[in-house]
Amino acid sequence: MSQTNRIAGGLIDRSQTLNFSFDGKTYQGHAGDTLASALIANGVRLMGRSFKYHRPRGPLTAGSEEPNALVELRSGARQEPNTRATVAELFDGLTARSQNHVGPLSFDLLAVNDLLSPFFAAGFYYKTFMWPKAFWEKLYEPIIRRAAGLGSLTMQADPDTYDKGFLHCDVLIIGAGPAGLAAALTAGRAGAEVILADEDFLLGGRLNSETLALGDQTGAEWARTTLAELASLPNVRIMARTTVIGAFDHGIYGALERVSDHLPEPLPGKPRQTLWRIYARRSLLCAGATERPIAFENNDRPGIMLGGALRSYANRWAAVPGEKVAIFTNNDDGHRTAADLIAKGVKVTAVIDSRADAPRIADCELLAGAVVTGSTGRLGLRFVKTRTADGRERMIECQALGVSGGWNPNVHLTCHQRGRPQWNAALAAFVPGGTLPPGMLVAGAANGVMSTAGALASGAEAAVATLADLGRKAKPADLPQAEDAPVQITPLFHVPGKGRAWVDQQNDVTVKDVKLAHQEGYISVEHLKRYTTLGMATDQGKTSNIGGLAVMAEMTGKSIPETGTTIFRPPYTPVPIAAFAGRSAGRDFRPTRLTPSHHWAAEQGAVFVEVGMWLRAQWFPREGETTWRQSVDREVLATRKSVGICDVTTLGKIDVQGSDAADFLNRIYANPFAKLPVGKVRYGLMLREDGMVMDDGTTARLAEDHFVLTTTTANAVGVYRHMEFCRQCLWPDMDVQIISTTEAWAQYSVAGPNARKLLQKIVDPAFDISNEAFPYMGCGDITVCGGLRARLFRISFSGELAFEIAVPTRYGDALMRRMVEAGREFDAVVYGTEALGVMRIEKGHAAGNELNGTTTALNLGMGGMVNKKKDSIGSTLSEREGMNRADALNLVGFRPVNPADTFAAGSHLIARDAVANAANDQGYLTSVAFSPNLGHTIGLGLLKNGAARKGEVLRAVNPVQNSETLVEVVSAHFIDPEGDRLRA
Amino acid sequence: MHDLGSLTPLGGKTSKTDQIGAIGITEVTTTALASVSCRMGKAQAFATAATALFGGPLPGPGQSTKGDPYGVIWTGPEQWFAEAPFDSHEDIAKTLKAGLGDTASVTEQTDGWVRFDVSGATVVDLLERLCPVPARQMQTGAATRTVVEHMGCLVICRAAGAQFSILAPRSYAASLHHALVTAARSIA
Repeated sequence: MSQTNRIAGGLIDRSQTLNFSFDGKTYQGHAGDTLASALIANGVRLMGRSFKYHRPRGPLTAGSEEPNALVELRSGARQEPNTRATVAELFDGLTARSQNHVGPLSFDLLAVNDLLSPFFAAGFYYKTFMWPKAFWEKLYEPIIRRAAGLGSLTMQADPDTYDKGFLHCDVLIIGAGPAGLAAALTAGRAGAEVILADEDFLLGGRLNSETLALGDQTGAEWARTTLAELASLPNVRIMARTTVIGAFDHGIYGALERVSDHLPEPLPGKPRQTLWRIYARRSLLCAGATERPIAFENNDRPGIMLGGALRSYANRWAAVPGEKVAIFTNNDDGHRTAADLIAKGVKVTAVIDSRADAPRIADCELLAGAVVTGSTGRLGLRFVKTRTADGRERMIECQALGVSGGWNPNVHLTCHQRGRPQWNAALAAFVPGGTLPPGMLVAGAANGVMSTAGALASGAEAAVATLADLGRKAKPADLPQAEDAPVQITPLFHVPGKGRAWVDQQNDVTVKDVKLAHQEGYISVEHLKRYTTLGMATDQGKTSNIGGLAVMAEMTGKSIPETGTTIFRPPYTPVPIAAFAGRSAGRDFRPTRLTPSHHWAAEQGAVFVEVGMWLRAQWFPREGETTWRQSVDREVLATRKSVGICDVTTLGKIDVQGSDAADFLNRIYANPFAKLPVGKVRYGLMLREDGMVMDDGTTARLAEDHFVLTTTTANAVGVYRHMEFCRQCLWPDMDVQIISTTEAWAQYSVAGPNARKLLQKIVDPAFDISNEAFPYMGCGDITVCGGLRARLFRISFSGELAFEIAVPTRYGDALMRRMVEAGREFDAVVYGTEALGVMRIEKGHAAGNELNGTTTALNLGMGGMVNKKKDSIGSTLSEREGMNRADALNLVGFRPVNPADTFAAGSHLIARDAVANAANDQGYLTSVAFSPNLGHTIGLGLLKNGAARKGEVLRAVNPVQNSETLVEVVSAHFIDPEGDRLRA
Repeated sequence: MHDLGSLTPLGGKTSKTDQIGAIGITEVTTTALASVSCRMGKAQAFATAATALFGGPLPGPGQSTKGDPYGVIWTGPEQWFAEAPFDSHEDIAKTLKAGLGDTASVTEQTDGWVRFDVSGATVVDLLERLCPVPARQMQTGAATRTVVEHMGCLVICRAAGAQFSILAPRSYAASLHHALVTAARSIA
């Protein structure tokens, strides 16, 4: 029979019946149900097995603080373990499975752990699995994880997307219960920009769970009408299903909005969740309070839940876990549960109140001065064992027990910046205290104001105070009459007894475990937490922390506030890692930068390589070429034979202007720039402050006060940032302005003996680019293709006669096509980064592999470039003795003694007869390539005193791949060492 | 007149437009752009020359001005971007330099950037999913540098609550477009 435990009333929509399944069995619920409320309505109390002992468990709460009712929600790629059934919104077709059991939920084979519990006390793992050490990783840990793991994943990729967003407001109100609604009404009517966020899908907080009247309305009705007014205000943004997860610096709050979790799957294009960053000028924490249990022997049986949760299930969801219910309380609020249930026609067998002077509130049997000492029922509660005031034991029949141990204000967000709460003896709870996050006020139950009237009033007052702080006048919203009962409580945290009384049900921590930890010296609360795991995992101890503290306080003979509190950290409730990643996942992990010739290259079937965020053409395979080497060798040979074109736009270009521009460059480069003539380019070497090489590149002087500097692709941003730092912080009195123009110009290298001939077909005839008129290292503004403004630089990375030509980027694609067309008569090729690399190694040019952050100018054979007639960054520290040793590493070339042999970059250089170890290390190979021009492998490397060791034979040892090759030390300039070609 | 054709930052012959729900996304290629930086010690002369050239005073931090033909956007301390119609001002840097002389450093930026104009009733919701700027509070003319999906961007409010320009370095065009379209679908 369906929904046997559904009673009348509630805030569910009975016109919508939803089908769902739990552990393969189908049930029905209604719109407005949670999975937990729907299961309770169907008579299901057992929803899972506990973490360590595999004890049967049902829901303890009706909210996000739930420690027990964790399920695997959905299936396939969307399967999500450890989902709290108490906040999982029911939808048609929902599937869920209980977790953490072997065999059926009702007969979990691993429940044997419960029988072995004497061996599993606090610190069990630490004590037991110490020996032998090698067993931990391979044997112990996998078994423990298998037994203790909560839910499982399908290992399929998450098919959903997650958004991030940014919001700004005057006042962020966290929580939409009576205090939050009163605050929102007050601030909203005053015209402030308000965000009202609540984790629930039905806003109103406890107003939806109580029967208390607000004026002539029910609490739920008042919440609904208030929300309707707030929704009509354009300055108020209401965010349901949104948990504020943390209070961060500068008034920034994190909030997770569960956009689609109440749907079978997100609508097309829509995110599953959105992680908001909220910039709030002020915040009002109206997060309410969480009820806490009282620990007693076997207090974890399905059917035993918090009194307030029982009330929520009955009043809001019209569901009761059993026909007969008992109440165990230490305060007046417990009696309210009994009264509400009786009013709903539920049989309340007894109210067991630990206070001898307990008031008679509900119309049922009252056991004053009595406590619950135990429970029975294998998979669900059947009886509770009580000890009455006269010391007699009495069994009371019930399928559900509502436990009310008092309410803890939800102070969490007040502590995210190291604030410590203060103990309030009247409430027997911590309330916000000390230093709150800047701009935050707390109202309602979160601030220890527990009555409805008090919460409403404090919310409105806090809003007025907050707006006054922002210089706005507001008057408190008119509020209805409401219940204003004082808190009457006599603290009781656990009932003494021999059996196991559960303090933290999520982590299976008992009163005994806490005591044992104390006996073993774990007296600090932080140590207690880590030793017993109390307060960890998805619920972060929302129902257990105070209980654990109370037991500890009892052991130490101190008060609870003297015993301390653990630190609350974000997030308030669990957040999927995917939500933190947002859209930055998979291919969108980071943006991609495309070169001006990208589309043309893609048409040619180029193979691309990631260079930082850039995609560059690596080589251009042609028909019949089956390996990358064939393509690269062809591109290299054709370039050296005739002409090749390469997109070099990715190199950083920095425009430097100002009357002090030359002097500025003189300071940031180790070599001199002051006297570089207009129309000339110079290679520059940039050092870090510590004397190591930072970057290199060429700088062209376009006018007396105008330079264009290039950087390596990898360091474009770093060099720009360095230059801005120099300009703004080191020498703010210099007249120099810099700006990046990397993207503004499409720049192509045209290299090879026929480079000039090709370019003469492109460059307008008015510009003479003959060797005489435009010699090596010349530069200038030109026009191309009938008048397009362009820049030409006579520089060479390949060692060939070469130019770099730049046009405004939008014309880059057309220029590439035009040059390819113009180059046809010369058999021109377009080459990629591989051929570029081969040619620069053949020429002995240092690149990223050599500028690796550990090399000096001396190491790279450019020690003489560090000009001592001027001061420049890094010049002084490059003189350090250790960096100028006689056996310093020098960049030299290497070739195999046997031309057929190859070797790999990263290989270390060892003398022929020495043992290959670190002590005998002579240096290492930085760049290695096959030279199609020489017909064998060549390499560049850093060798101790290498400049003086030409002709020596060493071993290039590669222990990673277990190979070694005899190599000869040669000049790093394999091709055209005199440089005749580039000056041709 | 040269005979090289041009490509838009997204690689098309013509600029791309998308309409997703209430959101319009347009790749704008009709604007020439140049950076203008005041030279050290020339603030007074620069202000005079710039006011004459741009037809009004320079905008302060977080602001932009709209004139004919020049719009000016504050982009940093002593630095502005000037924009003008591309067809009439393709060589914008040369023109500005002529007008400002040695009071300013001018650098062509036209093709350094991709510009998307986003508009529509939900444009603020779109921006809320892209960048931390307070788009809802931005008045017409407000302009600021920000980050969109890891890309350093310039956001200019062309019409409060209705139309914004987002500029990113040109090579990011496809990634920025993807981010805009994705966010638009998310709120459509």
